[in-house]
Amino acid sequence: MSSTQEAALRLQGIVKTFPGVRALDGVDFEVMPGEVHALLGENGAGKSTLMKVLAGMYQPDEGQIIIAGQPVRMTTPIEAKAQGVVLIHQELSLVPEMSAAENIYLGELPVKSFGRVDWKTLEERSNAILKRLKCSFRAEMTVARLSIANQQMVEIARALTVEARVVIFDEPTASLTDAEKVVLFDIINDLKARGVGIIYISHRMDEIFTLSDRITVLRDGAYRGTLITADTTEDDVTRLMIGRSLDLSRDEEPPSFGKTMLEVRNLTCPGLFEDVSFTVRTGEVVGFYGLVGAGRTEIAETLFGLRKAASGEILVDGEAVDIVSPRAAIAMGISLVPENRKEQGLVLQMNCRDNMTLPQIQDLTAGPFVSHGAELAIFDQYRDRLAIKTPSWRQSAGVLSGGNQQKIVIGKWLSMQPRVLIVDEPTRGIDVGSKSEIHQLLRELAAQGYAVIVISSEMPEVLRVSDRIVAMYHGRIMREFEIADVTEDTLVQAISGIKSEKTP
Amino acid sequence: MSRLNDISVLRWLMRNPIWGFVLLIFVFFSLSADNFFDYRNFQNILVQTSTIGIIALGMTLVMINGNIDLSVGATLALAAAFAVDVQSWAAFATWGNWQILPAVCIALLVGILMGAINGFIVWKTGVDAFIVTLGAMLGIRGLVFVYTGESSFFATNFAYSDFSALSLGPLPVLAVIFLLCVMVVHWLLSRTVHGRNTYAVGGNREAAVNAGIRVGPHMILNFMIIGFLAALSGVLLSTQMGAATPNLGRDYELWVITAVVLGGTKLTGGKGDIIGTFGGVLAIGIMRNGMNLMQVPAFYVLVIIGAILIAVLFLDKRFNTSNDGGLRL
Amino acid sequence: MTRLKAGGPAIAKQGILVAFIVFMIVFSLMSDRFLSADNMMSVFRQSAIIGVMALGVTIVVIGGNLDLSVGSMLSFATVLVVDLHDKIGPELAIPVMVLATLCLGAVNGFLIGVLRLNSLIVTLGMLSVIQGLVLIYSGGQNVDIADQRGTWFAIFGRGAVFGIATPIIIFGALALLFHVIMSMTAFGRRVYAVGGNPTASVFSGIPRSQVVFTTYLISALCVAIAAIILGSRVMGSQNTVGQGYELQVLAAVILGGTSLLGGAGSILKTVLGVLMLAFIQNGLILMGQPYYTQWLVTWVVIIVAVWLDVAAKRGRLFSPIA
Repeated sequence: MSSTQEAALRLQGIVKTFPGVRALDGVDFEVMPGEVHALLGENGAGKSTLMKVLAGMYQPDEGQIIIAGQPVRMTTPIEAKAQGVVLIHQELSLVPEMSAAENIYLGELPVKSFGRVDWKTLEERSNAILKRLKCSFRAEMTVARLSIANQQMVEIARALTVEARVVIFDEPTASLTDAEKVVLFDIINDLKARGVGIIYISHRMDEIFTLSDRITVLRDGAYRGTLITADTTEDDVTRLMIGRSLDLSRDEEPPSFGKTMLEVRNLTCPGLFEDVSFTVRTGEVVGFYGLVGAGRTEIAETLFGLRKAASGEILVDGEAVDIVSPRAAIAMGISLVPENRKEQGLVLQMNCRDNMTLPQIQDLTAGPFVSHGAELAIFDQYRDRLAIKTPSWRQSAGVLSGGNQQKIVIGKWLSMQPRVLIVDEPTRGIDVGSKSEIHQLLRELAAQGYAVIVISSEMPEVLRVSDRIVAMYHGRIMREFEIADVTEDTLVQAISGIKSEKTP
Repeated sequence: MSRLNDISVLRWLMRNPIWGFVLLIFVFFSLSADNFFDYRNFQNILVQTSTIGIIALGMTLVMINGNIDLSVGATLALAAAFAVDVQSWAAFATWGNWQILPAVCIALLVGILMGAINGFIVWKTGVDAFIVTLGAMLGIRGLVFVYTGESSFFATNFAYSDFSALSLGPLPVLAVIFLLCVMVVHWLLSRTVHGRNTYAVGGNREAAVNAGIRVGPHMILNFMIIGFLAALSGVLLSTQMGAATPNLGRDYELWVITAVVLGGTKLTGGKGDIIGTFGGVLAIGIMRNGMNLMQVPAFYVLVIIGAILIAVLFLDKRFNTSNDGGLRL
Repeated sequence: MTRLKAGGPAIAKQGILVAFIVFMIVFSLMSDRFLSADNMMSVFRQSAIIGVMALGVTIVVIGGNLDLSVGSMLSFATVLVVDLHDKIGPELAIPVMVLATLCLGAVNGFLIGVLRLNSLIVTLGMLSVIQGLVLIYSGGQNVDIADQRGTWFAIFGRGAVFGIATPIIIFGALALLFHVIMSMTAFGRRVYAVGGNPTASVFSGIPRSQVVFTTYLISALCVAIAAIILGSRVMGSQNTVGQGYELQVLAAVILGGTSLLGGAGSILKTVLGVLMLAFIQNGLILMGQPYYTQWLVTWVVIIVAVWLDVAAKRGRLFSPIA
């Protein structure tokens, strides 16, 4: 990586604005041949926008893209690919009903006369690529029948149909098992050895420190600095990412817990979670921490009546209950702020007020009609309490920022006066400011005597809001920590399935 | 795939349940309807189903694309009107039987043009194909009435109306044309780049766009193909009748969609094939023919086919894993 | 690409209203009789049957589904009420027909709401099934009422109250009722929610199946009422009388700006859509055009209306797809 070497790809002063948002504000970035350059930033920091600019899906408003010394303009993914820049998408972009081979050469199927597909060439080439990736399946397989990991391999194989100069991996390990990750890292190192420049986007510090040569951090759409991985620590990176040191201290009264409001005994749902037992007291925040797929969301869905447990007991305020539907759950005083705000939390084209009052609309009536006054009273109350920024209650929820959308969903469930409030990934995809407001709010709710469950995949978040942390791995509770006793190391071990001698 | 043992036949039927159903009703009617199992009757079935069948081939492409075309019945009528009328144009008066050639060509071009208009509107406006072709269904029917002035056209050239009675070897010429279309469209869909892209566009449109497939022109081409096939079907139907009436082909869109859905093509796009559609067409044809032979009034056929359509949907939902991950939504 | 000006979307959102006014002005300039009270009344009366059906279909579509079975359901209900009129008298014929029609709606509602089958295909299948049932019931014969002058049944289609034809009153009253239900009651709110985002609705404790089921009952009820008007006006019925109505009704609903994706739309705008189709037909005839020119105009109007709507939402006139 001598400075005399030409960068495989260099971005200079890239600016991209959308109506109302400056998504990228003068970003500089470069990747050398044979280098793994990690790109870090919180959700909303501009990573995905930058990637789309690189992949030719967006045009930058200002700035230059320089590939191998030549300034280029890329207006489509095809042009980007022709320049040797390939993006491996976070969300798989495969056609499920087609074969792996057809997906690998999608848009570039080899042709014979009369527009016929040259199957022989197609399959030979695809199988050669899959072999290079050490894949065990044949290219003739239909993609719908492949595992997620193998589908990801197909996605990667696409990148290898051209002589790639730069390959961009966008959160590639999100749905991979540990064994599959090892294979992926081998592939990355192999590409690196061939002189390909790799841009690696991930949230996972351990991966970034294992793989990368350099780390560039984005925050709020702006370039915040580049670090050499070997000379840096996770703290340095975190500070760059959030703009300050991670502060886990709390300046509040020591919490006082009341009676046990929710008790779960040996709850089992085969294949999702097994033998799960825990309690939540009033005035307490219990954090559920684990990797994606550890079964946390599924437990929340079961408590909210969206899934049927095979066995086990749920007790609310000491009473055994059978929760058959979300309606039943609501009637028992359980509220769920779901994981996916846009798909599960909001009716996007509906206005803010109507979204907020949706679960109790049938109770807000005067005679046969919905009472506007009662609805507005609720909306005003929670708009003020949660500091929701919207010009009017008439605004449709879809146009608000992620943070305000999330506050609407939280307001919707707080207004139900729940006995147990479950919050699943409360700050996913929202900006830093709203994030700390929501953390503050969750603490306040506990102080007011709510029994709160917070599910999160972000360690700083669980550490900040929880009184107790339940660590899950593969559908089982590995360990429970009091917040005073927890260390980052033990927490990481617990959610990675490493048994420590102290496991109860 | 050449080794056809019991298991592979079973597996094939599992993937194409409509053919299991076709087999079932075939056996049923062979046993219970007197004149069903007869070579001449089989010819009849093919000829009777050719009208809907030819359009269904095009509808399969359009539906795999994730679109739909409700205007096919009207396009059929418009093409039939042109095919019959152009023959009697003064310009071709001296052409003898050759006057059929420009007539048929113009009719087919009109069909292609109607398809192109639909496709172009869907592409450029981004309005759902259901709405675009619902409008076109009314509008093209309007064109038929404007063109014909509400009256029927009768073919004056007897060679034209005798055409449908011709046989090519052992098969009636209409059946031959139908089977030929089945093979060509099957080949198009399964072997050519355009055909494979049809699945890509319907299965994951964003992926198709990112892979550089030009989705707009691609969809126009499929709308042109269905326009062509609807027109062809209209021409053939008018040779059978020796005439073209302005109300020809009403409700055909519903029958065609029924046949295609029976054949396993999904409304959501990305899934389906010609083998299934051919099975769906035959299933409707055999039911109509068999029940007719058993002297069951046509009304019952309507009830049974509607019920089967819903049953197919139900079974499909039952046996194909849903993607909601077991959530009680 | 043509970007819409800031004021564009606001106007485009009211596209149907703008188009409606434009058409009214054009027609009244072209024909003296167009704006006359007589002509207005006759247009209103003629649009009542499609209008009443469109109200029900609007609610189904706002709930995120389609109903293509209303056409043959109309044949069913009309044949039934006309046939039973002479057999058991109108006072019994009407409730029996309404109940039978509601049963058909319940079948739709069960298959779509409870079993969650695709509404387009289910109602397409039901279209065929119900048409078959009508033909089986009537044995292929058309039915009519013997004593057309003596029966009080005539009031629904031929009668008038305070000089206003009963069909207009029925249509107006129902439109008002459903407008109130959809915009002011908890049920209406739930229909919008389920159509807008079924998953989020379930996550908010809304009984999705029940809501969808009810929308189909309402649609069937509207068809039954339309059948009373139709049967009473014609005093007889062909057994395929409703054929093709499903698509005309849907055209009116779409023209009114109700999105086929669900969750958006309004009863009053559907009324506007219905009236617009009726005025186009009437205006063209008054201008001396043959009746089928209305189909050509409708073709253009539907596509342009929906196009403007879509364009306003995406902020540009043409689709960005290559």
